[in-house]
Amino acid sequence: MNGSQPCGVLVEFISAEQMLGAVWRVRREQPNCAIEAYSPFAVEGLDEALGCRHDGVAPWTLLGAFVGGVGTYALEWYSAVFNYPINVGGRPTASWPAFLPPALEMTVLGAALFGVLAMLIGNGLPRLHHPLFDVKAFERASSDRFFMVLYAQGPNFDIQGAREFCESLSPLSINEVSQ
Amino acid sequence: MSAVFGDAASPSLLARGQTHATVTEAISAITLHRHFGWYWLAGFASALALCLLLVFGVGWLLHQGVGIWGINMPVAWAFAICNYVWWIGIGMGGTFISGALYLARKDWRNSINRYAEAMTVFAVAVSGIFPILHLGRPWFFYWLFPYPDVMNVWPQWRSSLEWDFFAILAYLTVSILYWYVGMIPDLATLRDRAPTLGLARFYGFFALGWRGEARQWRRFETLSLLLAGLAVPLVFSVHSMVALDFSEALVPGWHSTVFPPFFVAGALLSGFAMVLVLGIPMRRMLRLQDYITDVHLANLAKVMLAAGLVVAYGYFSEIFSAFYSMDRFELAVTLRRMTGAYAWTFWGTILCNVLSIQLLWSARVRGNHAALFVIALLVLIGMWLERFMLIVTSLYQDFVPSSWGMFYPTVWDIAFLAGSVGLFLLMFLLFVRLLPVASMFELRKLVRKEEGESK
Repeated sequence: MNGSQPCGVLVEFISAEQMLGAVWRVRREQPNCAIEAYSPFAVEGLDEALGCRHDGVAPWTLLGAFVGGVGTYALEWYSAVFNYPINVGGRPTASWPAFLPPALEMTVLGAALFGVLAMLIGNGLPRLHHPLFDVKAFERASSDRFFMVLYAQGPNFDIQGAREFCESLSPLSINEVSQ
Repeated sequence: MSAVFGDAASPSLLARGQTHATVTEAISAITLHRHFGWYWLAGFASALALCLLLVFGVGWLLHQGVGIWGINMPVAWAFAICNYVWWIGIGMGGTFISGALYLARKDWRNSINRYAEAMTVFAVAVSGIFPILHLGRPWFFYWLFPYPDVMNVWPQWRSSLEWDFFAILAYLTVSILYWYVGMIPDLATLRDRAPTLGLARFYGFFALGWRGEARQWRRFETLSLLLAGLAVPLVFSVHSMVALDFSEALVPGWHSTVFPPFFVAGALLSGFAMVLVLGIPMRRMLRLQDYITDVHLANLAKVMLAAGLVVAYGYFSEIFSAFYSMDRFELAVTLRRMTGAYAWTFWGTILCNVLSIQLLWSARVRGNHAALFVIALLVLIGMWLERFMLIVTSLYQDFVPSSWGMFYPTVWDIAFLAGSVGLFLLMFLLFVRLLPVASMFELRKLVRKEEGESK
């Protein structure tokens, strides 16, 4: 990539409401456009506007809880019943009530670890650089400005047309994002 | 809950006229532009000195063994275990603020959760040192971990000390994850606002390339909710494990079913006290009055009072059940606590943890920051005395009078306690200097919410 190929149009807004309205309008009027929105905090209703429903963090967290809890319990059981059983006055080797506390703690640890990994991997992080970071205005996406990007889909992306459409959304600024 | 924490008070959770830009500017400027004056340096230097004392103490302990402390038979547990329980209890307050108040949607948590979580991470890290050093041969601490070793033996799964190892491991890891993941969007803000390339690279590395994309936020929010839901049972279970270290033993004064809930309440009491002790000076020195308002401090004081009342009930029920059981050993320990050689620790505990907090019923005291600071400090001292009282008075006069003995702390006992405070303060001061002290993105969310309410 030589840094000249435009791959999207970055539109800046001053408020979350404006951005939400713009996202709804693009979805309605330009249904073939790939859009993404950026905000300094989680804006309620934005997921709905963008049409994303499923994030996959919760199932992975549940899986982590099972791996941590069942795994720890199985390890305790294997070690105390099969690998190194000790007979103390005829007491049962599988003393399940005593095995629960470590299993409980590892359930929480497993769930948290899997949840964090699912969030990071699902979000494509860590990825230290992104074409958006080349746009000076985008620095304020983490402070007080709201952005929408129309991404190019395929080689005949009409950058001029997208720009003109975005002008009608009364944005603060419009920038091109290059690969 | 809402009657106690006053939803009517929520408009004053932020000073008037705050916008997304002012919140971001104020908090990020502390990290990026603030010139930290002599008070920070003086605090850092004294914390460093105490920390060096701890380092020296640990070196001497590794060389000489645990005999440098005052422990012996019959009092084999004293300062080390006391410090451990005290520090891990302090950590609970931070997790409770970030977890339970998030689930209860209490907006006043947004400006204090970050430093409370930092406090948790540092307190748990400090607490973990003590049980390891107390092992006698600390370099074999990894024997507690179930790994396939050449001797083919396994840890004792039925021991509460082994449970405790898992509890600390899980708690420390989850606290660090929770704290760090919750900071990623704020690190991205610092990256974008950093005045120099070096700082931008430093914060950018830890921000992992966060862009604030809607889909990123969505996963982030789901994870925050799940972690909050996991953190609450974790708080209760971890401190219950700590309590089981005592109540699983057949020692009079320890062997009691009330211990787990009683310990959890004590942990919350000391945790909220530490949040106040750190927050009151920090808010003043960093000029955070717009974000940590009187409402926050008064709410913290109310929770501290509530936790304190549960602790007082715990003291009462312990004494009651000793007399109700008519077990002569239980009775002997209970009476000895109140009248024996260490009676001052019992009465000191009552004075600090039960009596001093009663002042918090008054709204005037809750509004007086100096008084709040002193009461919170008394509670921290009281909670330390309580653990000392619980541990030592149950041990020093055993079932057999011929084996009775006293515990006297050595200079090293005191050095380790002071050093642990130094290490904790050192980490906290570095946190204040290098990382965002309040959660900027959650404050922006609060600004948006208050804008919506005022419309």
